[in-house]
Amino acid sequence: MAPGGMLLFNTDDGYLEAIIRGYRAGILSSADYANLCQCETLEDFRMQLTATDYGNFLQNEPSPLATTTIQEHARKKLVDEFRAISTQATEPLATFLDYLTYPYMIDNLILLITGTFKEKDISELIDKCHPLGLFDSMASLCIATTPEELYREIVVDTPLAPYFAECVSLDDLTALNIEIIRNTLYKAYLEDFYQYCQKLGGATAELMGLLLQFEADRRAINITMHSFGTSLRKNERESLYCNFGELHPEGIMRLARADDRSSVASIIEPYGTYRRLWSAAMDNPDKNLEDAFFEYEVYLAKQAFDQQFHYAIFYAYLRLKEQEIRNIGWIAECISQKNKSKLNKYIVVF
Amino acid sequence: MASKDRLPVVPSRLSLQQMKTKYQGASKGHSMLKKKSDALMVRFRAILKEVYEKKLEAGEESREAMMALAQAKYAFGGELKHTVMETVKDATLTLKTVSDNVAGVQLPSFFKSEAEPGEDGGGTMMLTGLGKGGESINDARDVFTHTLELLIQIAALQTSFLILDEAIKLTNRRVNALENVVKPRIENTKKFIESELDELEREEFFRLKLIQNKKERERKKAEGEQAKVANNVELLTPFNPDKFANPEKATDLIGVAAGVDEDILF
Repeated sequence: MAPGGMLLFNTDDGYLEAIIRGYRAGILSSADYANLCQCETLEDFRMQLTATDYGNFLQNEPSPLATTTIQEHARKKLVDEFRAISTQATEPLATFLDYLTYPYMIDNLILLITGTFKEKDISELIDKCHPLGLFDSMASLCIATTPEELYREIVVDTPLAPYFAECVSLDDLTALNIEIIRNTLYKAYLEDFYQYCQKLGGATAELMGLLLQFEADRRAINITMHSFGTSLRKNERESLYCNFGELHPEGIMRLARADDRSSVASIIEPYGTYRRLWSAAMDNPDKNLEDAFFEYEVYLAKQAFDQQFHYAIFYAYLRLKEQEIRNIGWIAECISQKNKSKLNKYIVVF
Repeated sequence: MASKDRLPVVPSRLSLQQMKTKYQGASKGHSMLKKKSDALMVRFRAILKEVYEKKLEAGEESREAMMALAQAKYAFGGELKHTVMETVKDATLTLKTVSDNVAGVQLPSFFKSEAEPGEDGGGTMMLTGLGKGGESINDARDVFTHTLELLIQIAALQTSFLILDEAIKLTNRRVNALENVVKPRIENTKKFIESELDELEREEFFRLKLIQNKKERERKKAEGEQAKVANNVELLTPFNPDKFANPEKATDLIGVAAGVDEDILF
């Protein structure tokens, strides 16, 4: 009952929660977004961002700004903030924060594995990895030439090893589709994380439960929708669904048998949240289901800030910041392409 | 009419005939090349129009494609580029070249041919973004494929355009050369030969006339002298038995007499 306890929370984690709430105040407001949308060039954009919490993070960049540079710097800022927090964290918050970096680690590992298959130079790939997902033995990936070696030498030392061990057998590593490995790992990770959060109990369990259930359901729906017309078989698809979530178990079972979009629509019909998201996406031609999901994710994450003495706030902050980076990237992209018609796709956080 | 404007020929009826054949050949070639040039021109104009339209369309399409890519990045995250780049194994689209013949000019046209989706080549790409962002990624892929098709068409048209341009220039040069150099030269040669031949004819005529005059004069002179001599001889010379000694003349006389004189019985 440690992290949820109102009585003892502040002894260990009060400081960090305060910091996170301080960071939260730095998230761009709708007024900031309105100003950013007025920009004609990326130079204006940079000027406008200096007025926000980002400060002069782009100060040393040479003048023709690329949208990717802006995003990269924004991400770097997030990573710095996150590192500052995670270095100060004590158990069990430290483990919780580690869990938050696993998805990035999975992505990085997948990128490296693909690179190894193609006999690319690993050091070149490491630069492309997400900084939150870096792990110690990463540099030594270069020595691994076969997938088997890769597993024995490197993956085994990472926190991802148990996920690997339980879902991916060594024979699969060569033949199996890399995207399927990625999603299998993700599934294992989500299930593990969910278990961990439930073990922590209290408000953390409650709020993280909501967030992770949504994440699981979103993945299930996305995977189902995108597997139509591909070589993914139904039993493979079923193995990628998480074993929790609002849709679990009945909706998941039916999703596994779905054949087209309309059947997905009828499956999620009984679930109020998803029905609402689905119809929101269908009514608006500029919006697809994923945009609706993003919006709902922001809504859930914002709710996490309404309660105190729990860890979900860290997860929520990460999600909101990611959404903000996406927003910045999107607006910058629209400005640089001089296409303002689609500018309003961003999701205002606060 | 400078001499360099005509072919070096000996003016004769034979070479005139040759020139006439040459001229006919040149005219025929000229009209045929003219037709070829017109045909190429028609095609050229059509292609020009098409290229223009396609290029405008491509500009629009590329904008859309870049937007779709931005959307995919929005949904999937910034690592999309690396993820896609690392998963690519073979080209999914290849070009097939077919050549098309317009008035003897080979114009290439390109067609895209989709590679067979291999064991995992197509499959991997289809599954990118399975967990998130798949819809936007598929949209981006579709838009980009369409843009690529458009670019392929533009490439084909542009190549044809350049080749046609070259061919039209060449043909026009030939047409002009035939019209302005070869044909006048042959014509000049023809005129030259004709004038030379006329000259020769006139000379011949003059010569004949001269000879005729001379002969006439001589004949007249001879006649006058003969008459004078005859008069003189008949009047002055004594009887010349030789004149009658010629037996042929004698028979002649008889013959003549025979036709005329009725009194002679045999």
